[in-house]
Amino acid sequence: MKTDDLVKMISTNLEAVDSREAPRLIFISAGLGAAVALAAMMLLLGIRTDLLEQHALLFVMVKSAFAGAIIGISLANLTRIARPGGERLVSFTLGLSPFGVALVAASVSLALAPLSDWKAMIVGQNWLLCLVCIPLNAIVPFAGIIWAMRQLAPTNLTLAGAMAGRAAGGISAFAYALHCTDDSFPFIALWYGLTIALCAVLGGVVGPRLLRW
Amino acid sequence: MDAIEGELKGLMTASLGGDEGAYRDVLGRLSRYLRGYYKSRLIQTARSPSDVEDLVQETLLAVHVRRHTYDPDQPFTPWLYAIARYKLIDYLRRTRTSLKNMPIDDVQEIAAHDDHVASESSLDLNQLLEQLTPTMRKAIRYVKLDGLSVAEAAARAGMSESAVKVNVHRGMKALSALIARGRSS
Repeated sequence: MKTDDLVKMISTNLEAVDSREAPRLIFISAGLGAAVALAAMMLLLGIRTDLLEQHALLFVMVKSAFAGAIIGISLANLTRIARPGGERLVSFTLGLSPFGVALVAASVSLALAPLSDWKAMIVGQNWLLCLVCIPLNAIVPFAGIIWAMRQLAPTNLTLAGAMAGRAAGGISAFAYALHCTDDSFPFIALWYGLTIALCAVLGGVVGPRLLRW
Repeated sequence: MDAIEGELKGLMTASLGGDEGAYRDVLGRLSRYLRGYYKSRLIQTARSPSDVEDLVQETLLAVHVRRHTYDPDQPFTPWLYAIARYKLIDYLRRTRTSLKNMPIDDVQEIAAHDDHVASESSLDLNQLLEQLTPTMRKAIRYVKLDGLSVAEAAARAGMSESAVKVNVHRGMKALSALIARGRSS
């Protein structure tokens, strides 16, 4: 085939396109994924029964803020990574900042607590449930975001997969926060942080296979 | 470089709005830049000359089906360079050519060589079209090759106008994917 013929074919009856499709697809797929993750969490685990007590409500808000910051930064990064060459606009310092804040809060609260409380604060009661549920419930949001990215054109597929995994992990953690009764800063920093990081690593591993174009 | 960037960006922005003349113009220029870029990158690997043209055409088709990912608020050349380089690395991985023999480059390289000496690619459009579904094939033949309007194509194919548009769109994406995948086998 001659390149001139291809150019002629491609440009014949050209359709206009909307360059705002990238953020739109990413936000819609993440929103739908979040709806599924929230519904699954409520049906299978249920919302914590003491939700309206002040102490519980405070910690639900802290966990939601942590997950929300992860989700917000990840989705903003995805809108950049989705465009060719956009990976150069991603700030790693900003990306790590929620984890940094959580670690500082965890250290301060440990420093203020007697040594005998440390084990309960760090290990909590349901660390295993947290470790299993967050990655599992991240699968649907992850699939949604990957579908959106496949309509776009990421040129760094490992980073794109990792960021999709991180966003999905954040969404899943946001849902799990409504059930979770482990109310301590070290628990949030360790188990929430760890599971979200795990989702990012897994996303980075499968990204090149799922996103190639 | 800045003059080229300004011109290409203007043409591409008009193309996103559906300006066919601007689009034909920009694709013609891109094919010369891409040819120069790929020739200079593949000089050491000494593969058949049609490989360069294959890569040029694969990249043009990728530019076309992914053009909605160009943000007109951003410069155009880095966007094009990122696609060209992505397709080059993908090609090298498929053909198992060592990346070590590849000269280091940067965004300046993409419009550094204006090469109009085209050879034919090894791609056969008819053969590629045969691999699409019949509706996609029909839609692309009428609209993209015969140049019928969407309304005319819809009447001739007995489809709705939106079905024609969807099939052209999906068909072009499928062609792009076929070429990218075909190389790996």
